[in-house]
Amino acid sequence: MTPRELFFWADAVVAVLTAGMVLLHRNAVVCALSLVMHLCTVAVFFVLLDATFLGVVQVIVYAGAIMVLFLFVIMLLDPKGEGVTGRMGNIQLFVTLGAALLLVAGILRILPALAVTNAGGGAAVPEGFGAIRGIGEALFSTYLLPFELASVLLLVAMIGALFMGKKEIVE
Amino acid sequence: MISFGAILLVSGILFAMGVVGVLLRRSALVILMSIEVMLNAANLAFVGASRSVGSIDGQMFAFFVMAVAAAEAAVGLAIIIALFRQRHTTDVDQVSFLKW
Amino acid sequence: MTDLLLGPGPIGAVVKALVVLGVVMGIVGPMVWAERRIAGWIQNRQGPNRVGPFGLLQPLADGIKFIFKEPMAPEGAHVPLYVLAPALSFTAALSTFAVIPFADRFAAFGHEIWPIVADLDIGILWVFAVASLGVYAIVLAGWSSNNKYAMLGGLRSSAQMISYELSLTVSVVGVLMVAGSLRLTDIVTSQANGLWNVITQPLGFLVFITSAFAETNRLPFDLPEAEPELVAGYHTEYSSMKFLMFYMAEYANVVLSACMITLLFFGGWHLPFTANLLAGAAPIVAGLVGIGIFLAKVFFFLFVYIWVRWTLPRFRYDQLMSLGWKGMLPLAVANLVWTAGLILWKLA
Repeated sequence: MTPRELFFWADAVVAVLTAGMVLLHRNAVVCALSLVMHLCTVAVFFVLLDATFLGVVQVIVYAGAIMVLFLFVIMLLDPKGEGVTGRMGNIQLFVTLGAALLLVAGILRILPALAVTNAGGGAAVPEGFGAIRGIGEALFSTYLLPFELASVLLLVAMIGALFMGKKEIVE
Repeated sequence: MISFGAILLVSGILFAMGVVGVLLRRSALVILMSIEVMLNAANLAFVGASRSVGSIDGQMFAFFVMAVAAAEAAVGLAIIIALFRQRHTTDVDQVSFLKW
Repeated sequence: MTDLLLGPGPIGAVVKALVVLGVVMGIVGPMVWAERRIAGWIQNRQGPNRVGPFGLLQPLADGIKFIFKEPMAPEGAHVPLYVLAPALSFTAALSTFAVIPFADRFAAFGHEIWPIVADLDIGILWVFAVASLGVYAIVLAGWSSNNKYAMLGGLRSSAQMISYELSLTVSVVGVLMVAGSLRLTDIVTSQANGLWNVITQPLGFLVFITSAFAETNRLPFDLPEAEPELVAGYHTEYSSMKFLMFYMAEYANVVLSACMITLLFFGGWHLPFTANLLAGAAPIVAGLVGIGIFLAKVFFFLFVYIWVRWTLPRFRYDQLMSLGWKGMLPLAVANLVWTAGLILWKLA
């Protein structure tokens, strides 16, 4: 196993463990921090897959800004944690776990086909693949319309969030 | 070299864990966080596909997914705050007003 | 042997990382002394002058005092996060130095030495990424202390930091447009071939230095940790070594900001006349002179940081946030337009 593959599998283990912490821990703040760690492991995946700009943007935007927002809300609302246990029916638990296992089994079933068609993980990519120049050129030429629409979407989301977060003005 | 199958396997496992989190947790904030886990699993699949095909389109899509996730997190948190002001709880089992 | 230690490869990177860490801590220590002496000078009094010639051993005395203080956690604190926060703060502050170039590459002892630990092609974004992770340390410190003042200080401080991260990043985009690359070495090279960015983008420089002050929680933006306001903000409940880590992390962040200002706007290791002077000298001399010029500029900006701290009054929190969103961010965007105009008409 090459060092890169070893690193990939180590990172995959950490990603799965931190995702498990997110959905199992009682305390919402610890869940949020596990999610930050998870986002950083996904950023490491991106860098391993030659998407260096996307990896660092993942850390700056997702782990560095969105999750700070989550933490603010959790700390201000201070909800009482209850974890996965509690009033949850057995049917709900079994159906959910069953569906998740079906999903993973489905992927395992198509894996051999993927190993044959993409032997070795694909061809060598051109120099500068995933660097900011390539992404910038694609963003402002082929993907110009989605780019502009995304900016409108973010503006709308900002206005919506501001409006919904406002306190009622009591007459 | 990392095979695309391995990436899809990891992505699938993470996505399944996100789904389990959404369905089993009662705190609205943790549900939102599990949704973020699902979105990241999808992003991982996109970037893996982009690498194995050699085209930048997968990374572009992941970029836009990130932008949409940011917008969705902001609005979702605003909704949770507004809900908390009304009902003083973030437990989704206790806000089932529309159930018949 | 020297190939293993100085050349590329993991061991070379570890050696360089240790050297850079040594340099950074070597600046942070005397900076504690310099802050107090310069504060005394500005306030027309002596600073510490007992503990050694000119009080130079004062940081050592402070360190020993901190080691002997009782380490404790407040009642009801969330202990794992309480311990994690200062460690995270210090780690984030030091990790950013991985991409700071101290000079251009030079040949010495038969190898080509790059005075930079990791010349990433996304260079400057690494600094922003790790700085964004450092915000968590503050918010966690405030929350895990189980103390109202710490919580408020932590929330205010982190809200301030993420607000000014925006204008910080946008003001840097102008520099990136001129340099055409994210690598810090390329940014310095573009300034060496043209004008320093402080001359072509003065507005960007002003926005950057103001945002850097706000990012590092230094006066005039230090309301979240000011004594008359919130006891000591997010580090109210911290004592001894954990407090020392926050303290050193703050100074390391200041050193980082001074390095960034030097690299982005003041030409890094370049001075207009040294290229001619050093044309004939040995490469190792050129390299060392470059490092010397860089450090001299960094020390000047550290002095500016200390000077501003003891001169200006502090902002109120709402004034601070209003300045960040309604003042700095539009100015940074205006700087972007200005720089785009300069590039369009080939002036930069």
